[in-house]
Formats: sequence, C-alpha cells, structure tokens
Amino acid sequence: MIIPPDLRYTKEHEWVRLADGPSAGSGQAIGTVGITDYAQDQLGDIVYVSLPEAGKQLTQLAVFGEIESVKAVSELYSPVTGKVVEPNQALTDSPELINESPYEQGWLMKVRLADESEIHKLLTAEQYSDYIEREGE
Amino acid sequence: MTSSAHPYIPNTDEDRRAMLDAIGVATADELFADIPPELRIEGLNLSPALPEQELVREMAALAGRNQVPGDGMACFLGAGAYRHFIPSVVGHVIGRSEFYTAYTPYQPEISQGTLQTMFELQSMTCELMAMDVANAGMYDGASALAEACLMACNITGRDRIAVLDSVNQDYAAVVRTYARGRGLTVDVVADGNLSAEHACLAVQHPNFFGCLEDVWSHEAAAHATGALLIAVADPISLGLLAPPGGYSADIAVAEGQSLGWPVGFGGPYLGLFACRQQYLRQMPGRIVGRTTDLDGRTGYVLTLQTREQHIRRERATSNICTSQQLVGLAAAVYLAAVGKHGLRQIAETCYHRAHYAAERIAALPGYSLAFPTPFFKEFTVRCPKPVEGIQELLLEQGIIGGLDVSERVENGMLLCVTEVNTREEIDRLIAALAEVNP
Amino acid sequence: MTTAERSKANPKTADFGASLTFDLSRPGRRGVLLPEPDVPQAELPEPRFLRSDLELPELSQNQVVRYFLGLSRLNYGVDTGFYPLGSCTMKYNPRVNEDVGRLPGFTLVHPLQPQATIQGALAVLHQLQSALAAITGMDSIGLAPAAGAQGELCGILMIKTYLEERGESDRRRKVLIPDSAHGTNPATAAMCGFEVVTIPSDRVGNTDMAALESALDDGVAAMMLTLPSTLGLFDPNIERIAETLHRHGALLYGDGANQNAFLGRARFGDLGFDVVHLNLHKTFSTPHGGGGPGAGPVCVKAKLAPYLPAPVVEADGDTYRLATPERSIGKTTAFHGSFGVLVRALTYIRSLGAEGLRAVSENAVINANYVLARLRGAYHLPYDHPCMHEVVFSGSRQRAKGVKTLDIAKRLIDYGFHPPTIYFPLIVDEALMVEPTESEGKEALDAFCEAMLAIAREAKEEPELVRGAPYQAPLRRLDEATAARRPYLRWRAPAQGESA
Repeated sequence: MIIPPDLRYTKEHEWVRLADGPSAGSGQAIGTVGITDYAQDQLGDIVYVSLPEAGKQLTQLAVFGEIESVKAVSELYSPVTGKVVEPNQALTDSPELINESPYEQGWLMKVRLADESEIHKLLTAEQYSDYIEREGE
Repeated sequence: MTSSAHPYIPNTDEDRRAMLDAIGVATADELFADIPPELRIEGLNLSPALPEQELVREMAALAGRNQVPGDGMACFLGAGAYRHFIPSVVGHVIGRSEFYTAYTPYQPEISQGTLQTMFELQSMTCELMAMDVANAGMYDGASALAEACLMACNITGRDRIAVLDSVNQDYAAVVRTYARGRGLTVDVVADGNLSAEHACLAVQHPNFFGCLEDVWSHEAAAHATGALLIAVADPISLGLLAPPGGYSADIAVAEGQSLGWPVGFGGPYLGLFACRQQYLRQMPGRIVGRTTDLDGRTGYVLTLQTREQHIRRERATSNICTSQQLVGLAAAVYLAAVGKHGLRQIAETCYHRAHYAAERIAALPGYSLAFPTPFFKEFTVRCPKPVEGIQELLLEQGIIGGLDVSERVENGMLLCVTEVNTREEIDRLIAALAEVNP
Repeated sequence: MTTAERSKANPKTADFGASLTFDLSRPGRRGVLLPEPDVPQAELPEPRFLRSDLELPELSQNQVVRYFLGLSRLNYGVDTGFYPLGSCTMKYNPRVNEDVGRLPGFTLVHPLQPQATIQGALAVLHQLQSALAAITGMDSIGLAPAAGAQGELCGILMIKTYLEERGESDRRRKVLIPDSAHGTNPATAAMCGFEVVTIPSDRVGNTDMAALESALDDGVAAMMLTLPSTLGLFDPNIERIAETLHRHGALLYGDGANQNAFLGRARFGDLGFDVVHLNLHKTFSTPHGGGGPGAGPVCVKAKLAPYLPAPVVEADGDTYRLATPERSIGKTTAFHGSFGVLVRALTYIRSLGAEGLRAVSENAVINANYVLARLRGAYHLPYDHPCMHEVVFSGSRQRAKGVKTLDIAKRLIDYGFHPPTIYFPLIVDEALMVEPTESEGKEALDAFCEAMLAIAREAKEEPELVRGAPYQAPLRRLDEATAARRPYLRWRAPAQGESA
C-alpha cells in the first residue's frame, strides 16, 4: 500500500498535497486533493465520481462529492476549508485513473486553502499508516 | 397436513424425520421456539385445500361472473387501458417459464435472456419516444408519471409540480400520492399557468379526452420558466404521431400495456420511462448496459445500480425494485412482431375507425363532439341524456359503452375505438346510440 | 480461447448478444398480418403532428420466435433448477395458477367496466382480502400496491397521514430501521420525507434493545422491522419491541417479505404490528417474471383502515363494489393494482388451504435448518442459532484464502445451481444467504450441499479454479466496470464499414 510521506491524510482516506509542502505560508496556497491507494483498493473498480464545480466553498471534513464503484457509493470529505479551483475533468471520461494512479493522474480537485494551519489537524503519513493498519484488524 | 404431502411440497415424513435428526431436534416445533409461546397459533381460519379440478372449477366460475368483450359483446372503453390485438407469438414467448420463473438478473452469466430483453425494450422505448435513454420499465404509466415528477423536483430543486388539466385524473391522483410523502405541491393547471416555482409541466398527448395537444406551446411555457416538460404518450399513437423527443420533452412516460398485454382488469401493467441523456443519473428504475465477458463475447448487465435502493438506500432515486419484466418482455416481442410498418398500420387503423365512428355519432340528433380539436383513437361525445342511462341501454344490446366523463363535460362520454373494434361493431354502436331519445 | 475459436468449437456459444432484433431486421419483412382499414379514410392531422420515421425492426414471424426462444435458453429460472436466492422466496410457481390467471374471463375485463359486469373480479379481490386478513391477523387489507416497495410506500404514507391528523407529524419525523434491513425500507422512508435512524443488531442478530430504547423519543414516527429478519432470525423480543414503540406513541411497520417463515404459526396482528406489507410473488407463489410484476398488499389494524390506498372492495351480501376509504392516501396506480397477480395468489391459497399453508412454513424452516446443519463445518456461521426460512453464512474463511463470496457464487453456477443472495445483509461480511423454500425435497438440498462442500474444498486446494468460474454458463464473467464507466444503454446502428 503506497502512502507518500509528504502528504496529509483524513481518516476518511482523502489526501491533500500543498504546492510547496505543508508550510508555504502565503495565504494563497493551492492544495491538490485525492483519495488514497488504500481507499481505491477497498472501493474496487471506480466507475464514477461526482465533484464540485470551480468556485464551490468547502469546509474541512465536510462532504464535497461522491465516488462510486460498481456496487457501492461513498461520500468524499474535504481535507481542507477553501474554494475549489479546478475539478479533475479527466475523471469524467476515465474514472479508472483513480484506481491506476491515485496520487498523480487520479487527483480529484485543486483547492485554494482558506487556512493553511488546518493542515496540522490532519494525519501524517505515519499516523495514517497506523490508522489503516488498526482499521484492517 | 400429517402424512400426505401437498403436490407443491416434496418432503415426505421420512425425509422430514431424517432432516430433523441431522439438525438435532426432535420436532419441527422446536425450530419455532423463538416465537413467543403465547403468540403462537394452532392453525389458520381458512378453508381446506382444494383438489386441482375443483379449484379450476371454482376459479372459472368466478371468471364466468364477469361480462367481458368478445363473443358478441363490443367494448368502447379506453381511458388508460386499451384493447389492442395481441399476436399469438407474444403469448407463446412469455409462456416460456425460463423467462417467467426467473428473478431479477443479479447473476448475468445465467440471465442473459432477461437482460438482453431489457436492453431490447430500452432501445425500442428510445426509438418510439425519440429520447436518448430509457429504463427497463416501471409499474404503470401513472406511477411512471409520478416518478418523473419527483425526478423533475430533484433536478430543478423546486417543489411544485404542474399537471395540465387535460391529463387523466387518475394519473394526477397517483402524482398526488407520491408527492405527499415529501410535501411537494401538485397544481392542476390550464394552459401556460406556470410560475418559476414549478419543477415540471406534465402534458398528456393525446390527452385524456382523446384530443391532440398543442405540445409546442406547452413546451415553450415550461421551458420559459425553467421547468421540465414531461410528456405522457400513448405508444400506439407513436406509430403515427410526432414523438416526445420531437417536441423537446425532457422526460417521456407511457403506459406500455397497449403493446401486447391484455387490459386484465387494470394490472399488472408497464410504465415506459425515457429521458434526456443529461438526466440519466437522476432516472429511477433498472437500467441494463451492454458489455463483454472474459472471452470478449457481447453480454448485458444491470448497470448504474448506485442510483438504486439496494445500494444508495435512503438516498436512492426511488424505492422501486422491479422493471415489470414479464410485461416488458411482451412489449418487446410485440414491437418486434408488428415492426415499424405494422405499428404505423395499427395506428392508422385506430385513427380511421375512430374518425368513422366519431363523424357518424356526431351526426346523430342530439349528439356532438365535445371538442373541435383533432384526435387520435379516443373522442368525447356530448350525449342528449345522462351517460349512465345510455350505458345501461347499450349494455342491453351487448355493448359496453364509453366512459362517463360528465363530471368534466356535461353528458360527456369518452369513447375509444381501436383496430379490434370492427366496422360492424361500430355500426351497431351508432345504431344503438341513435335509439336514445333526446 | 479467443471468441472466434470458442464459437467454432461450440456453436451454442456464438456471440448471441451481438445481434439484436434491430440487427436481424431486413426491410420488407413482417411478423404479423394486420387488418387494413375497412372504413373511409379520414384526413390525417396536419403534418407537424405526424412523425416522419420510426426505427423499429422488421422481422418474419419465425425470426421473432427463434430470437426470443434463443434468449429464453440463456436464462435460469425456478423451472430450470434449485434457486436458493435468500430473501426472494423462489418457490415453485404452480401451473394451475397460470391457467387460472389467463382465463379470458379475467384477462379481458376492462378496469372501467360498470361494476355490475365485473362481479367475478371483485369477488376474487374480496376473497383475497379476507384470506390475507386471516393469515396476517390484521383488520383490513388494501390490495392496490403494485409491488412490495409500493406497499411500503403506502404503509409509511398511511402512518404519516395518521400522525398528521393527530397533529404529531411535525414532531415525529424519524423512522427507525435495523441495520439488517432491505434497502427499500430506508428508500421508502426517505420518499415519505422521514429521517432514517439506523438501529444496530445485537450480538446474536436481534434488535439491540438498549439501542432501540435510547433512540426512542417523541420524535419517532415508526420502526420498520422485517420479521423474521434478513438474518433468518425470528426476534424473540418482538412483543417488547412493539410495546416499547407503542409506549412512545410510535407505530410498528412490518416488512412481510419473509412471511413464508411462519405461515400458520403466528400472525403479524397478534405480534403487535400496526401495518404490514406482503409480497405475493414471494410467499404466495406468483412468478417473479424475471423482475416483476409482483403485488404488495398492505395490511393494517383498524385505526389505519380509513387511510388505505384506493380502491378496496366492499361486500353487500353477494354484491361487491369498489370503494375509496374515507381518508385514503389515494391511488398508487391508474387502476386497481396487479389484478393478474392477485388472482394467482388466491388460487395458491385455495389450493393449499389452512393446513397446507402451515406445512409450507414447516418445510421451509426444516429445509433451511438442514442446509445450516450440513454446511456448518465448511462455512462460517456468524449467527449460529436455529434459523427460520433462510440461513446466512459468511465466506470469510474462504476470503482469507483469497476466494471471495462472489467466486463461490459463480462456481455454484458450474454445479448447476442458481447462487444464493450474496453480500446481503450488509452487516455480514462476505454474506451468502440461502433460502431453499418448501419447494425442494431433501435430495435437492443434499445435491446443493454437496456442491457447496466441494466448492469449499476447491477454495482451499484450487482457488484459481473458483476465481475463474463460471465455465459452464452461456457467458463467462462480465465486465461490469466498463458497463458503468461508459454506459452503452441502447441499440445503435453499426457505423459505416462495420458489419451488422
């Protein structure tokens, strides 16, 4: 299970990556959001994802969209508060990108963060790794 | 039942004994131990089992107490349930028990018969309606309309439903039943009376009284306020008339009973349901998609199931979990058998016979057509006397007359003429109506 | 093997799905000779009302028959073999029911005929109302709902209306639903505007009484309870559940999908239920039709009778009439519900009679417990307790070896059986839900159990074999992911240059 060390994670299995790491500090930081390798593996073949349009306001740990496999639908939780800059349009035609490349081509949306310090409320890679290990038991 | 088993229950006493031993209990009663003893009953207050021949005799006697069309009895009732000729092939195909004893096709490898039929029906529904996508079927035309209205509310985020006043009142009643759960308001409206709060305008074309509607003006009125246009169509009429897609309907529904299924005292029937591509994920009901198996052969599966109750539960598009599959099969076989020219021919025969009847009835003293608008196979006649009395006179002459619509049209009778009404029957009707003294 | 090789090796496995009626169509063919209009031609409406094209197939009659007969042979039905699909009650569909249901005296009746001409049809409905009242112990029966889910809709709408008239609907906005429930229950509650509160099951699979007590307040409208539950268990606390709900002013709704388990042994009415729906296509043997039509009568205590969906049938001596209850929730279909299904159900009830119906539940329960006993050693039993009409196993042991419940289900197809319900109820990991019904004899159950035991061995010794199943079905596993990712939902004319 791949868990990149430089990302921050939610207990709902989303990740966020800041352009210059978690302490850019400019107040204009753009974060990229996706779901983890563990999540895509648990969901199986992803067939559809419903994402917010650009400009939509997000709240940390509130639902922002839905992701569907053939026989399950799960809600997506935003790791950060902020405004959607861009949803990943490529997922409309190719939702399988989330399975194939959850941390790169399969990203869900880019977000302009309202408060970068929120990042510290999220799990580190190490904490997330421990968390899914416990969840799997 | 002590020793002799019923024909539907194969286990013998000996089988039961062996099974109870394997289970490790002495009696079957022990298996029911979780039912609180004081709430158990010793038996049901019902009559004893009937041998098959007596059963058939009793049920046939009940059937015999109905007076039905055929054998000299003519019938001119329509109003949502239509008598059309059913080709023999339909009955033979739906009598195949591989079709009717199967469940919902959850295991596609052994359900291709059902799945491919559903795909055929979706395709035929789209062609008939000239719409982008269709589901595999709903309970009936009225509940399909109700589901369409709920869908329109979900799409638009509005909570008022407009139903044109010429829509079948029983359809509007079903819309009201479905709407009350979520506290939606249903307005029965006359032409163009829409507000920006309306999610949709439901239009029946041809309408309840048989008339063709000015669907283009309704389309303009609906879309001007951002409401969706929902069309209620008669599938037989679509052999001749412009389809819902042709007048920019957003959702189209129809009663599929006309397509190879008997009127059968009102059910079970089949709701046909189609919509624009952009609303696919808001569509209720089962949908089948085409795909391939591991060896690359074409196959069909239930798809987009995340819309449905067994997955999305309280957030599903509907609670429905049927596609009225057997009725849908009949419709698919019917359409395959009559084909593109056959459906047109049936529609034209209905049209010409209905007009033959209408012109002659309207020429009788005291009778007139209630509406000047063009019609298809139904028309409303203003009679010289209350309809109830006329119906009785007709019945004495072996004719089940039209529906009494005097609540809407003074002394109004809604008559339906299809290809099963022979010219001789129509002439009999005209003669009988002529005998009614104004 | 490639498709081409396989097709060559066995012509039966040709790519049947690639050719639809539209592809077989040839201009000029027709399947039925239709009457020519024999009346003077009327003028057609102005052109804007007419359609210019209609793309339906053109086939000869023989082609139509062969095509659909070919399709029927790709299906598995109760008539093909054992169909232990849990929660669906795939019992034998008696042939006499079909003959009776197809009597012209029933099929040709127009629903709007004068009531004097339809006394036989109304008598059928009245007799069925009486029989279902006797079976369920409820006071009044509404036969109008077209399916179980519509019966649920009616039942919950009746509760909503009842509470409205008591001035409690603004406050009572929650419906309690166990975590083992059918998906229709929460979907129905939501369609009726209620908030769904999930009640967990306890360690042995029954309603968690402590959780129920703590969820109950004066904001609860009702609880929807399936009895026996989807775990195949009869909740021994049922009286306490009913009493607790009633004490808080809430109503008890019964999902009667599993009525087959206790026919003639207990009655919903005596158990404290206020409203129950039945599935005539389950307990009362009417065919499932490949996914409908069914019928879902709703059965109520007297206090809810005024709200029943329209119509109901009333008797005045030997004369029957259709009536709309005083404060009816309204109509749910254009006419009177699934009459053709109701006729078949009445025929079934009269064929079995009081004793026969009791024998149904006895044999259904013995059969399920026999399967439980025979497979206990090979498959995990999350709730090891005598079951009612169905038993729920878990494929967790096999899953640990890399064989999923889905694989076990697909392998059963190769052994000639329809798989059980899988992955439901949701609270059982890798669930396998087996409902044999009373229609099977011991030898059929033995054959099924032998197959299940063989598959358990295969899962250990040859997991790849199980994972690749089925091999003997008309098709191998289908690509459902691509079907959902790129929906292909209707026939399309082959593009230029492509062969038909």
